[in-house]
Amino acid sequence: MDHLQNNMGIVMSIILIFTSAAFTDNILLTRFLGMCSCLGVSRKVGTSIGLGLAVIFVTASTAALNFLVYQYILIPLGIGYLRLITFIVIIAAFVQLVEMIVERVSEKLYYALGIFLPLITVNCAILGISLFMLNKPYSFWQAFAFGAGGGFGWFLAITIIGGIREKIKENELPRGLEGPAITLIIIGIMALAFVGFSGMIKI
Amino acid sequence: MAYTSKQVFLNGIWLENPVYRQVLGICSSLAVTNLMANTLFMCFGVIFTTSLSNVTISLLRNFIPKRIRMIVQVLIIASFVMMVDIIIKALAPDIHRFIGPYVGLIITNCIIMGRAEAFASQNKPILSLYDGIASGIGYSLMLIAIALVREPLGQGTILGMALPKRDLWWHSWIIMIMPPGAFFMLGIFTWFARGWLTRQEGKR
Repeated sequence: MDHLQNNMGIVMSIILIFTSAAFTDNILLTRFLGMCSCLGVSRKVGTSIGLGLAVIFVTASTAALNFLVYQYILIPLGIGYLRLITFIVIIAAFVQLVEMIVERVSEKLYYALGIFLPLITVNCAILGISLFMLNKPYSFWQAFAFGAGGGFGWFLAITIIGGIREKIKENELPRGLEGPAITLIIIGIMALAFVGFSGMIKI
Repeated sequence: MAYTSKQVFLNGIWLENPVYRQVLGICSSLAVTNLMANTLFMCFGVIFTTSLSNVTISLLRNFIPKRIRMIVQVLIIASFVMMVDIIIKALAPDIHRFIGPYVGLIITNCIIMGRAEAFASQNKPILSLYDGIASGIGYSLMLIAIALVREPLGQGTILGMALPKRDLWWHSWIIMIMPPGAFFMLGIFTWFARGWLTRQEGKR
């Protein structure tokens, strides 16, 4: 019985971590990560969705990979301070690998995702999720949920922003406000809404 | 491409300012500007990294094979960021606890990568050093300006010191130290800076 309850607790905590990473702690709107590619790519809903999906996949996998490497290689060896350099190499190598596999396996998927993959290496959301993950004492599956949730939150935010930007494309704005400035203000208003979620989930 | 050092400085600090002009390095400029102390440490980190990584990449520019230059540049940048991380941890552990992850994110800060790729891989070391310092200062000025608005409005303090007689007349705007305030402030700053610049270009 105890064993079963324990398992339930783990599953619940994983669901909670996923939702809180996606909504209350949205990586784009409350931690400001992945802004550069967000401002650059969010002009259309279609491209936003493509990049968002690629990001979910990469964050979830690299968070899990980095977790394993950090806990089982860097910490036992006492070289935790090398984490930055290790993480960035793992992320770059992983993205490179995915690109090669996708290219071989499915040409269609490659053309859909291919152009976004190189962009992802320099997307700070990916490295950021791996770094924030270390602040909390997560287990492996919790770290995976944190990565997937963070990626999903980013996907959600960039898709909404893409939709809004498509709508206001034809509107006339003051010269200086066009482009990044108005996008930042839109994101600010969205962030207000997402801040409203905070307090709903406590871990 | 021959630049004079004066041109390089002017470009980095104002004309081609990385934050509002090229819209690079936005993530950290939003995250750390809620308190002036955080901002100053972050600025130190960025200036240190851009200038030194620019010099290194410029020195090695003829030896790095074209195909793998990105990964080499990332590794060079990452090693300087690691130094900054350790230095800040030693000098100010309290601040490091908050801005730690963002210091790590200097690696993926597009300003540094951008300068390395656009400038240092094609120019001489000394000029690249100037370019790195200038972009770093341009970034820092923008951050300090934003922090100068956010910290007083959000908490009624500057660098942790209270405004005179704060308790009598001041009411903090909580929104300013929360994420939305950061987006609004940066949006408004970008608006003014770009508007001013387009008017200048119109005159010419």
